[in-house]
Amino acid sequence: MRANFVASEVSSGIRRNLTMTMAVIITVAVSLGLFGASMLVRAQVSTMKDFWYDKVEVSIFLCGKGSDTPSCAGGPVTGAQRDQIKADLESLKPLVDSVYYESQAEAFARFQEQFKNSPIVDNVKPTALPESFRVKLSDPTKYDVVASAFAGRPGIEQVNDQRKILDKFFQLLGGLQLIALLIALSMLVVTVLLIVNTMRVAAFSRRRETSIMRLVGASNFYIQLPFLLEAAVAAGIGAILAVVGLVFVKIIVIDQVLAPSFQFTAFVGWDAVLAIAPLMILVGVGLAAIAAFFTLRKYLRV
Amino acid sequence: MILFDRVTKLYANQERPALDEVSLEIEKGEFVFLVGPSGSGKSTFLRLVLREERPTKGQVWVAGKELNRLSNWKIPALRRQIGTVFQDFRLLPNKSVAENVAFALEVIGKPASHIRKVVPEVLEVVGLEGKEERRPDELSGGEQQRVAIARAFVNRPILLIADEPTGNLDPGTSVGIMKLLDRINQLGTTVVMSTHDQAIVDQMRRRVIELEGGHVVRDQSRGVYGYAR
Repeated sequence: MRANFVASEVSSGIRRNLTMTMAVIITVAVSLGLFGASMLVRAQVSTMKDFWYDKVEVSIFLCGKGSDTPSCAGGPVTGAQRDQIKADLESLKPLVDSVYYESQAEAFARFQEQFKNSPIVDNVKPTALPESFRVKLSDPTKYDVVASAFAGRPGIEQVNDQRKILDKFFQLLGGLQLIALLIALSMLVVTVLLIVNTMRVAAFSRRRETSIMRLVGASNFYIQLPFLLEAAVAAGIGAILAVVGLVFVKIIVIDQVLAPSFQFTAFVGWDAVLAIAPLMILVGVGLAAIAAFFTLRKYLRV
Repeated sequence: MILFDRVTKLYANQERPALDEVSLEIEKGEFVFLVGPSGSGKSTFLRLVLREERPTKGQVWVAGKELNRLSNWKIPALRRQIGTVFQDFRLLPNKSVAENVAFALEVIGKPASHIRKVVPEVLEVVGLEGKEERRPDELSGGEQQRVAIARAFVNRPILLIADEPTGNLDPGTSVGIMKLLDRINQLGTTVVMSTHDQAIVDQMRRRVIELEGGHVVRDQSRGVYGYAR
């Protein structure tokens, strides 16, 4: 194996085919960038899930004076009912992590705090807010167990799972991620086709060399290696550009723009970027390899 | 060196075979002219020897190997034993004379030290010393064919295939090329040359195999191009 010779063949091949090589680099960079971005959104969704599911709780609102659900037909919740509910909740341990009772006064205080800048505060009286049990679950996905046990029980107006609200949001993000992934996949197909075409042009522009190589008995590997390396170099540069883009997104968009503006939630960390980057490079190399495999079989046979 | 045993080659979409039950043997060290009109099967014969085509029927033996049973990855090893020269030279226009010859060794992975040693040697054999750095387009046709012969011979093949090597050259230049091929033959390489050049064949008086319509119509040692017609 003559490394110098192969290197010079590859560099002359790339120079000769510069516009196509540039096209490959850019397409690889864009498609892998999209792929990386969709992976990043996915990581973001899972980060937010971890962050928020830890904080969500199941709220069991108790009947107040104005409640009109059927389970509140007996009027406001009685002390006995309240104690029974609390005891039943405690008996659901370990699923129930902790139970916190919020009285009407406390609910009003929290309400005032949440809406302190809004005129709505002045129109709400403490008795308008229901008392409730705030239940934290050790496994937030087992919400149904609590809901089926308590919903519709006398003295309970409503059982609310905050997770449901979040899930809608996450579904939206998941949908966006899916769209990004679909676009990325179609771009990846375009990339493969472009690489195939580029290699075909390269094979054509080097047909004199390859025909002589075959005649003097160069091995298949030796004939195909410069093409493989050209594709690999172009795809590699594209992949590196895509990774650089991903790092920029993390530094500029996430750390400097999004994170300061949305401090109430968590954002993906460098661990996610570190996990996605090798995946992107792997996909890029895989693409080039697939394209090369088909091209070489078709255009560079002995 | 070469043995054809009832070889038939039928190309797809053609009714008449390019070679029809051809049997012949070429011994090691021979110099053989392959003559015959266009379409008589000369090129097919050469392509079968190089294993660029496979016979439809029959067996082709080259350098002790039956080519039908030669697996694909062994083809390069076969071709390293065979030098090839064409009418159109097939040089790389962007490489110098020395680089064109070195290319044949580089692509089969010979070490640089070996290449530096043998390229000047073979250029001297073909009479191109002093022109190592010229480009093909700075050379005459005869000189270009010498470069092609140097490239074919630099790996010291046991067999040299020449497909109308003088077809693009004037008679004077052709004589020089024939002297060179003769010298290579004297060095022990078997030479098979297809040609339309009557003067050369008549002058050299070597074995002549004449093909016509895919059949061997004449196989004559110390032959001439054709019977007086």
